[in-house]
Amino acid sequence: MSRKLIGVKTAGADDASSKTEAITTIGSAGIINAVGINNTADAHIATAKKLTRIFVRSGFRRRLLLGLFTVLIIIGFITSLMFGHTFYSIDEIIRVIMGEKVPGASFTVGTLRLPRAVLAVIAGFCFGLSGAAFQTMLRNPLASPDIIGISAGASAAAVFAIVVFSLSSAAVSLFAVVSGLAVAMIVYLLSYRRGVEGSRLILIGIGVAAMLDSVTTYLMSQAAQWDLQEAMRWLTGSLNGTTWNQVVPVLIALVVCGTVLLSQAKNLSLSQLGDDAATALGVRVNRTRLLVILSAVGLISFATAAAGPVAFVAFLSGPIALRIFKSDGSNLIPAAMVGALLMLVADFLGQYAFGIRYPVGVLTGVLGAPYLIYLIVRTNRGKGGA
Amino acid sequence: MAEIAANTSTTSDTAKLWYPKRYKTLALILLAIVLLALLVASIKIGSREVSWEEVLAAFSGNVDDIGTGSVAKRIPRTMLAVLAGAALAVSGAVMQGVTRNPLADPGILGINMGATLAVVIGIAFFGLSAAISYIWVAIIGAAITAVMVYAIASLGHGGATPIKLALAGTATSVALVSFITAVTLPRNDIAENVRSWQIGGVGGATMDGIIAVVPFLLAGFLICLICASKLNMLALGDELAAGLGERVAIARGVSALGAVLLCGAATAITGPIGFVGLIVPHACRLLTGADHRWLIPFSAVSGAIHLVAADVLGRIIARPAELDVAIITALIGAPFFIYIVRKQKVRSL
Repeated sequence: MSRKLIGVKTAGADDASSKTEAITTIGSAGIINAVGINNTADAHIATAKKLTRIFVRSGFRRRLLLGLFTVLIIIGFITSLMFGHTFYSIDEIIRVIMGEKVPGASFTVGTLRLPRAVLAVIAGFCFGLSGAAFQTMLRNPLASPDIIGISAGASAAAVFAIVVFSLSSAAVSLFAVVSGLAVAMIVYLLSYRRGVEGSRLILIGIGVAAMLDSVTTYLMSQAAQWDLQEAMRWLTGSLNGTTWNQVVPVLIALVVCGTVLLSQAKNLSLSQLGDDAATALGVRVNRTRLLVILSAVGLISFATAAAGPVAFVAFLSGPIALRIFKSDGSNLIPAAMVGALLMLVADFLGQYAFGIRYPVGVLTGVLGAPYLIYLIVRTNRGKGGA
Repeated sequence: MAEIAANTSTTSDTAKLWYPKRYKTLALILLAIVLLALLVASIKIGSREVSWEEVLAAFSGNVDDIGTGSVAKRIPRTMLAVLAGAALAVSGAVMQGVTRNPLADPGILGINMGATLAVVIGIAFFGLSAAISYIWVAIIGAAITAVMVYAIASLGHGGATPIKLALAGTATSVALVSFITAVTLPRNDIAENVRSWQIGGVGGATMDGIIAVVPFLLAGFLICLICASKLNMLALGDELAAGLGERVAIARGVSALGAVLLCGAATAITGPIGFVGLIVPHACRLLTGADHRWLIPFSAVSGAIHLVAADVLGRIIARPAELDVAIITALIGAPFFIYIVRKQKVRSL
């Protein structure tokens, strides 16, 4: 009885979640030990809690945080335009953006830093959206597209295009996008057996990724020295030498695929409750899943084609956003913002913080390791759902 | 929950636990004969054609022209393929037993990458250059990674399910690869060295390296064989095993130590080679059933066969160049992995 009361309270007051949640867990654990049944009641409470989170967007906190992140991204953006080997003041930068000719700054800021920073933000959005979409859909914080083979497909194709055909960067992008989509389709079809089950999709994705990685390795071992440099740079994920030609396709992809994905945001959140519950609530599960996969794969393929498979941005953005925003409403936009911020900061640090210039992918990849350790530590303290 | 899943996956095997002993012995002998034939092929076949006389001359220590010279180069290479194949396969079989998880494999769990990072750090910061010093470092790296991946996978509900284990391994691999890049990128002098080692092959085998690694491998094999009957107990589920008087935690720890020794030491010499530990034990279970006392020797012989065959294949396909074994094993192994995933009813999240 007491447990039920606490449960209802939690469902109502979403803001005080963490404390009450702890009480609920302790309380229910005790009762379950004592009685041994009541599992179904527990499940109902969990469902009710999730539903409240989806429907009752506690607006103020969320809007505040979104505003804060927007400000942070703008600060990061301007910082990466201002600082570097030469410093340019803010009004010089504004004049460059307005299209005036400023000696020195026009080249350094307008041609070198601006496309780079813009790509960092846009690609970050793409990675974040796509990662969060996959993680939400597959209900697993580790199941992001860079883990389950889609980035691996794009990478193998790009390296093939560079090493075997010595293609230009536009053609390489096209190659990467097409094969990213193809790999996603192959994984989807291979995991189809009376419907697609999330866990099977993940595992088959990992298998396909392993195979594609070995193809990449083989191609690299055959590469000539000059191609090798190019391929290595691309593979680690780097924003060096970004031009506007690379930025435009990603921007278009972000607008098109991003819109489709966000239109499915509520259905996606509901499908987290499980296929049966979602269907009961009026979600066409298979249609939602297909739309989400297509748009998420489109996003990550275009971003990967331009910036390379920047390790872990798609993987980390979702869980970080979830921690900060406490899952009020859909996690897609928060994850996109976290992704953009991650890209900006990692790229800036990679360029100037160390003696040597590291590509952005090395930094983000290294950031992933403490996150994994954090997962262990957090769960050992209390049994949070990982 | 995890136990139920593991038990249902092994019930079909348990039914086959009692194959007649002499069939198994016969099968093992047949496999040994296949291995012998492959050894001969591995020494005979390569980018340079050699005659039987040259092979014999090289074996009697007569190395004075190109033909006998290339045979003399193929001998350590073949030996290494045998040792590494056996070690990786046994390591995979034991890991599958310890974690009671059909997808456990040193490659998928990222343990090979852990060993690789440790060796790369050793080369870059501590100036390691001898094979013997690689081995210790690689084993330590493998052990740390194994513990870490298993810990990550055990989080949340249901313990270390196949899917969580595979995801944790892959994610850890990605992080480790970034570290490897971060270490090698500023150091052009070692980058080439590391890159060639990182692909994973047996082509660069030397007698000294093999002699250095043999004691570790022997220790690993011994531990695994001793633990075989304990692994059979663990397969019954923790509660039942404990009820039958098995100290579960110790059995698990010791077996895992044997598996880590084997794959760490093998990786130190060959570089990371994936999927051998996955497909060989699965294929062997078809012959032996779930009894680890038979599974481990079968895996050893079949693993050796698999790696020697992959190495020979790599020399034939790309003639006159060579394909590294790790590439071949991944190209063969990944479809097999997908097949297992499709066939098994993998427990949902």
